[in-house]
Amino acid sequence: MTTALGPAEEAVVDAGDGWRRLSPRMLAVHPVMELRRLIFPLVAVLIGLRNDDGGDGGWWALGIGGIGIALGFLRYFTTSFRITPVYVQVRRGLFRRRTLTVPRDRIRTVDVTSNVLHRIFGLARVTVGTGQTDKKNDGVKLDGLSAAAAENLHRELLHRPAVEPIPGVDPATRSQPAEAASETLLAALHPAWIRYGPFTLSGLVTIGVLFGIGSRLVNESHIDLAKISVVHDSIDYLRDRPLPVAILLVAAAVVVFTAIASTVGYVLAFWNFRLSRHSSGTLHVRRGLLTARNTTIEERRLRGVELSEPLLLRAVRGARVLAIATGLRVGRGADRGGSVLLPPAPRAVAADVAGTVIGDAGPLAVALTRHGARAGLRRFTRAATVSTILILIVLAFVLLAGARWWAFWTALTLLPLGALLALDRARSLGHALTADWLVSRHGSLVRRRYVLRTDAVIGWNMTTSLFQRRVGLTTLVATTAGGRQRYSILDVPDAEAIRVARAAVPGLLEQFLAD
Amino acid sequence: MHRVSPRALWYWVAKAAVLWVVLLVPQVIWWFADSDGAGLPHLIIGVAWLVLAAVHLAVMPQWRYRVHRWEATDTAVYTQTGWLSQERRIAPISRVQTVDSERGPIEQLFKLANVTVTTASAAGPIKIDGLAAKDADQLVADLTTRVGRTTGDAT
Repeated sequence: MTTALGPAEEAVVDAGDGWRRLSPRMLAVHPVMELRRLIFPLVAVLIGLRNDDGGDGGWWALGIGGIGIALGFLRYFTTSFRITPVYVQVRRGLFRRRTLTVPRDRIRTVDVTSNVLHRIFGLARVTVGTGQTDKKNDGVKLDGLSAAAAENLHRELLHRPAVEPIPGVDPATRSQPAEAASETLLAALHPAWIRYGPFTLSGLVTIGVLFGIGSRLVNESHIDLAKISVVHDSIDYLRDRPLPVAILLVAAAVVVFTAIASTVGYVLAFWNFRLSRHSSGTLHVRRGLLTARNTTIEERRLRGVELSEPLLLRAVRGARVLAIATGLRVGRGADRGGSVLLPPAPRAVAADVAGTVIGDAGPLAVALTRHGARAGLRRFTRAATVSTILILIVLAFVLLAGARWWAFWTALTLLPLGALLALDRARSLGHALTADWLVSRHGSLVRRRYVLRTDAVIGWNMTTSLFQRRVGLTTLVATTAGGRQRYSILDVPDAEAIRVARAAVPGLLEQFLAD
Repeated sequence: MHRVSPRALWYWVAKAAVLWVVLLVPQVIWWFADSDGAGLPHLIIGVAWLVLAAVHLAVMPQWRYRVHRWEATDTAVYTQTGWLSQERRIAPISRVQTVDSERGPIEQLFKLANVTVTTASAAGPIKIDGLAAKDADQLVADLTTRVGRTTGDAT
């Protein structure tokens, strides 16, 4: 049995008016979107048609395309939405009519996106985030409002006159009507920041995606890669070189391509970036060259910030800032999800912006308490264990499967590399507790400093493995409703873990752990 | 601080036994598929299976029973679970979203139930395993009334 304890959320089924439609211009966009989803079967069928000379491949392509276009049209006619003072409702589906109802006070974020196609027709997509932790449910997504309507909806949903007190906002500014609200610019893209582009490695993702698309096309259309002259010639060229030279050449090509792709990716994602604070208690992030993205985060949903420094970016003294807010899940990569508060930028700027966003520069600058030699040693033993296992696997291949010995000698370099990584990981470890903020830092390949408001901590998990207990260390995890859901302080001495947990949330732990 | 029901010992034994039997299945299939091969590899893996299963079944439930604790006060819920790796979880009542009680087939066999308390964080569910069924019902009733008294959206 499940007992729901939140406020009642029964669906209001009201046959009354107020239902709105998407923009009719979407009739031009939806079919193209559907076609784009069907692009692989279509291309495969068309190529098959060309290779087979005739057959009924053409009819298949036409049929698939026709279904796609019909589906696109249907989406316009079957989707409608309305906004009542209490709810936002979306109706969609032809055979399975669904009405999705979201209470308005549960709305955490409003995200307005328009890709190239949208922009040609002056349209936008509005996504309303409700902070559901359920990954499958994508909530309210209205694809295809006119840009003006999207802007209106955005304002309607978030800039309502505040009915409940907003922590951190002066009561005098709160009572102002939405029209008189003003906007303060907190950060804007400086063209010089694009120099951090090559160090973001987002280009690796591009390579992966291109490789994926390429291999899928090759598979579905049965092209023999070796017959394409460019591929053929370059493989031949590499085959003539000695192996180390060939590896170096490939590596250099990957590095150059990654750097270019990462820079292009940076510009595409963050061009026109602006972070501003609206006096009605919201943060706005606007960014994107081709796909314009406009994210709004309610400040009363903001639980903290995350300063993230991937290794390469750290080497050139750069960092980026993410928001920790309920309703925003942290996705993979820099620009998935709407939680980006600052693209890769100089570290000083990042710390400054993060401090301004949370209204307290202290937690970003505060000296961190170290976790001690035992915690550092654990980094080394773990790195050594992983390297040793990998080396033994390689050794097994050499002895049993007849791999070359140089593979084993190369694998041996994992030990010093692992030690360097461990050293850096040990140096990253730290935590601090200021008046309102819990700060934790760890990681090497991506070093992150989490700054979480202590009243956003909704529980503690303290885990100890057998090895941790032998040296008296605990991993303290603060659970929260936003961002990554869990923010951990790795390998702190037991007494310190209890001290931090007690001081951050008074009156909770004392009842159970009386030491 | 409460211990779980002593019947939970047998519940953990039964659960682990199911796992070990499942692990036995591929070995038996392999044995039959490769009946003409040498017997030694089968014997080694079989003995390893037997030893590991025996040690696990003998040690794990006792160890767990010594570790597992739970308590629900007016303001918070606390659990302590695990054996090799142990975990303590605390959540304030004011942040609880749902209280959920479940009785799986093996649990019904031993007249046990578990209670899961979730918060708004995906990392925060607190699961109390191996409660006597009537204790579980009582706990759910208590928690529900306590949570009902709190206000706010618990994020």
